[in-house]
Amino acid sequence: MGEPVNTNDVWVVVEQHDGVAAEVSLELLGRARELADRLDVRVGAVLAGADDAVRALAPTLVAHGADTVYAAAHDDLAAYLALPYSTVVSSLIREHRPQIVLYGATTAGRDLAPRVASALRTGLTADCTDLRIGDHAMKGEEYRDLLYQIRPAFGGNIVATIISPLHRPQMATVREGVMVMPEADGSRSGTIVEVPVRRSSSPVHDTDGITLTDADLVVGLVRRVQEEKRVDLKGARIVVAGGVGVGSREGFALVEELAHTVGGVVGASRAAVDAGWIAHDHQIGQTGTTVRPKLYIACGISGSVQHRAGMDQSARILAINDDPLAPIFSVAHYGVVGDLHKVIPLLIAAYKTKGTGGEPVPAAAASDGGAS
Amino acid sequence: MPQLRIVVLVKQVPDTANVTGEAMKEDGTINRAALPAVFNPEDLNALEEALKLRDRHDARVTVVTMGPPAAVQVLRESLYRGADEVILLTDKAFAGADTLATSYALSLAVRKIGGADLVLCGRQAIDGDTAQVGPQTAEKLGYPQITCVSRIDELVAPGGAAGPGAITATRSIEDGFETLTSTLPCLLTVTGEANDPRPASVKLVMTYKAIAAEAMPGYDDTYLDPESDEAEICMVGRDGRPVCRARIVQWDHVALEADREALGLRGSPTRVKEIESVVLAQSEARMVQPDEAGIGELVHELIEEHILG
Repeated sequence: MGEPVNTNDVWVVVEQHDGVAAEVSLELLGRARELADRLDVRVGAVLAGADDAVRALAPTLVAHGADTVYAAAHDDLAAYLALPYSTVVSSLIREHRPQIVLYGATTAGRDLAPRVASALRTGLTADCTDLRIGDHAMKGEEYRDLLYQIRPAFGGNIVATIISPLHRPQMATVREGVMVMPEADGSRSGTIVEVPVRRSSSPVHDTDGITLTDADLVVGLVRRVQEEKRVDLKGARIVVAGGVGVGSREGFALVEELAHTVGGVVGASRAAVDAGWIAHDHQIGQTGTTVRPKLYIACGISGSVQHRAGMDQSARILAINDDPLAPIFSVAHYGVVGDLHKVIPLLIAAYKTKGTGGEPVPAAAASDGGAS
Repeated sequence: MPQLRIVVLVKQVPDTANVTGEAMKEDGTINRAALPAVFNPEDLNALEEALKLRDRHDARVTVVTMGPPAAVQVLRESLYRGADEVILLTDKAFAGADTLATSYALSLAVRKIGGADLVLCGRQAIDGDTAQVGPQTAEKLGYPQITCVSRIDELVAPGGAAGPGAITATRSIEDGFETLTSTLPCLLTVTGEANDPRPASVKLVMTYKAIAAEAMPGYDDTYLDPESDEAEICMVGRDGRPVCRARIVQWDHVALEADREALGLRGSPTRVKEIESVVLAQSEARMVQPDEAGIGELVHELIEEHILG
């Protein structure tokens, strides 16, 4: 590698599959832009992959806010693997010395980031839900412009602000869907830096570029199976979710009927998923999907902190629960205390008559805009 | 064929998943001291995978935890489920460790026992949910990693024509799964999907209940008498050599020959600046009557506001 240069920039390590960026990577470029503007530095994006994927994606990253794209293209980087990717990312960080490095808190991001943090002996905060810039006083020293890494912890019962005052870069993985996706601006200009990557059977002292050795490639991908996303919770305008109060797999049919009627997508609490009433890809909350629909209807969900973390940003929340003390009511805009097996049919009937005993709403209108 | 060496890294955690009324303070925050300490759930899944492998291979399962002296309880529970040997890393110097300092201490323990063919741990602990200690320990050991493993497909034990051996495992990813194969040694983090952990064996509980933690800075694996089918209650000879089949080994930072600057709070790049308890806000929900009139009015209003329909 060349001589280290202290860029002090804000970086995003981009996750891509076949030349398409993970949504969270683009969301992070938006937040990185804000942080970099606040710190008066530039935004860097690290992009690794096969040559065609890297070429296809680099301009998109500039359009979403990157000033510099470090493009590492090599066939051995075609599919994400922890070892070669951590070699690439660690080498680039050592060479360009950004002050902040952000990763999506995806399966790949949470596999890669800790490996890099350990190699660089720097701090890392997992699964952040917010990032800010602020100061910190410690042992009589004042530390300016640190990255506040904000995340739920302790099963979601607390929200912690983590800092890394003495180590650089400051690194965090960030949960999908919590940062706002920036508008792409095709007129933005940026620099695409091609990072030479080569293979060698053993480590070589290299003055330019990155060398992947046999040791980086001891793990091989046998196969990767990705199913078409059957449940689009993130894109849903209306989510109708069921919890323990639904009572049974059969009871979930009622939740599904309400979702179908109002053109919504079916969600579930972890307890309902663990009970086997519905598949995991419907799960909302800390260990599931984070949603922010226009309307969230919680049926028989008590509202644990873990669940609320995944839905409390919804524009409107309607909670139906037979326990008037259920925590879900604390985040709800509308509450119905009652048996959901009676309340849901009333909702369905009211919707079909537009709530005032008028003519039933045509089926086409009922499914308008929903992502079911 | 040499014995397959499996190390399982486990953690004792407060039971954050079952916060009961008694653990809630009046201001709506959690009284952590009131939460019972439990075996981190996914670490039990990791132990189960290790024990399943030992059912099929000639293997030795060593369980390591770092924590206060009370964390010995998860080691006892490991013995009750069938672990061959257990090691407690406990020292004030380890206190306040973040994931980087924790992985440093754990990696030293694995090195001290001569390395491993396979290191297993839970994907994440329920108190921090970071999922970082596994990959960081792998990096410190120079081992490859496969995280979020939901199934071990195949293990080729090292030795003979198999060379270093290999493992094939399937991990869950967004909207699917992927299967990876790695040479040994390798570190795997295991998810709750992988298995249903076996319960403690009554026989092993009876066998081990009397054993105590012993400080033993040196490491000597000969105390595991492979000729003996019967587990014995632990005894330590006058020369300090163990004469038992299993006991609880305890190491401090001196035993690990650790760099003190890399341990505990001192070795932790991250600091907690602030903690806010999640306080349940007073409900400001508009309550709607669970009858035709109440629901009808609500639905009408939501349609008028273009939230429904």
